[in-house]
Amino acid sequence: MIEILSSAALATVQDLGRTGSLRWGVGTSGAMDNLALAAGNLLLGNALGAAAVEVPVFPFKVRFGEDCAFALTGADCAARLDDQPLLPWWVHQARAGQVLTLGLPQGGAQRGSRAMLCVAGGIDVPEVLGSRSTQLRGAFGGHEGRALQRGDVLRAAGAATACRTGFGLVPPALALPLARDGVAAVRVLPAAEYMAFEPASRDAFWSGEWKITPQSDRYGYRLEGEPLRPIAPMELRSHGIVPGVIQVPHSGQPIIQMRDAQPSGGYPKLGTVIEADMWRLGQAPIGSRMRFIETTWDEALAALDEVRAWLDKVARMVALHRGAPRV
Amino acid sequence: MSPQASRTEPSISLLGTTALLFEAPGDMDLPSQQRIWALAHEADSWPEVREAVPGMNNLMLTFTRAPRHLDALCERLCDAWRAATAVPREGRVVELPVVYGGEGGPHMADVVAHTGLSIEAIVELHSAPLYPVYALGSHPGYCYLGGMDPRIATPRRKVPVLSIPGGAVSIGGAQTGVSASAGPSGWNTIGSTSMVFFDPAQDPPAMLQPGDMIRFRVEGIVR
Repeated sequence: MIEILSSAALATVQDLGRTGSLRWGVGTSGAMDNLALAAGNLLLGNALGAAAVEVPVFPFKVRFGEDCAFALTGADCAARLDDQPLLPWWVHQARAGQVLTLGLPQGGAQRGSRAMLCVAGGIDVPEVLGSRSTQLRGAFGGHEGRALQRGDVLRAAGAATACRTGFGLVPPALALPLARDGVAAVRVLPAAEYMAFEPASRDAFWSGEWKITPQSDRYGYRLEGEPLRPIAPMELRSHGIVPGVIQVPHSGQPIIQMRDAQPSGGYPKLGTVIEADMWRLGQAPIGSRMRFIETTWDEALAALDEVRAWLDKVARMVALHRGAPRV
Repeated sequence: MSPQASRTEPSISLLGTTALLFEAPGDMDLPSQQRIWALAHEADSWPEVREAVPGMNNLMLTFTRAPRHLDALCERLCDAWRAATAVPREGRVVELPVVYGGEGGPHMADVVAHTGLSIEAIVELHSAPLYPVYALGSHPGYCYLGGMDPRIATPRRKVPVLSIPGGAVSIGGAQTGVSASAGPSGWNTIGSTSMVFFDPAQDPPAMLQPGDMIRFRVEGIVR
């Protein structure tokens, strides 16, 4: 049993997302940093998509009610188990009664913004429509269809099983860095209405820096920069969209759809952040600046391959550790 | 006006590496939507397609895994569109009582300002048709409806509203709909109703399907 001790809002149970229910209007949800979730699960020997707790607001505290192996990935939050400092991106063993505290994200401008608390076997909540992710808008999935609150008790499906601990990995922010002119960047494929924007606006989109405003959350990141102007006003027919789509409402300030985004929309789309870079956005702090890099279909597929290759490498490294004789 | 209305050929565009969007040409209408339903049914069986999701005279295909070669998929999609026929669906008719204006319709004034019509005229035009459900989207159980009178079309809001309540009846561009739960929206809310549209424990989880019909009954008008 894992008891939530802090009232820190907005922590949710997430897995890799709910695919296949878009036709009912159900968005995917899922971890904002899907790479941190997958890597944390690999470290524990879990299924890649086992559910974990995504923590966006700090400090965050839980008490382990029983012995339980866990991995901390995502933002480095100067975590402590009771008084003992913990390494990030590492597998640890908690004993019954110990308290885990996640502090503020470390690392200055390079800091992340969301920590993933992965536990042995994954967080044991019921699967709803094929996923354990919290559907906040629909109020189902995750833990009772809502963000976690003080006093909530979660169960780790594999708490009782022995798990090799005491090893970790180099985080993807270091292994797969991406920046343009010293500013964190993500790659974008142009979307249907790209050419319907003024040439100067298209240039400004690629060359400008974009600030992630405080009105940014799991639904979407509202950006601030030079306003983007369409050549003529557009009223589109509602259509399916996915996380990563960059919509430009009439205000001209773009909004990137994130994991809790609606599965459909009608604002003009300038482009889509490629799936391979969504984890970078998931870690981008509010108030930070970012840039967009234009990419092609082939480059975007190569980027996906690169992410898969990194996960494969993690899996091989974990297999070595887990297979090594105990000393 | 939608860029699709002036086109004679469908258009296909990318939604990153996750999905693509197929948009039918011509004016938005029910026969075209019936072809979209047929196309969705067909594409749902293709191995590279995770889900075929109808929109308003368009179709999103999400990928099981991003295909190496897009051209083949696009060609197959266009062929299937040409072969798709408009098959009417015999749906249910659901009546929803609506209170127009007042607290439950905070953007009625914007629709009045944009259309130049009185509240009474807007309510009459909005409650007259039998609206076919074209597609579900936006949030769990939400229905996109066809057949709104173009005289009450009102552009989406300059900045989306952070939260509108469940049961909000709203207009976005040439479309209308009812929100199934509270959440952000860029549409103009003109009234409110109460109805449970979604239950994840049911199969299917959504109460209404494409092809069902909604009628808005005027329960009251608050000026």
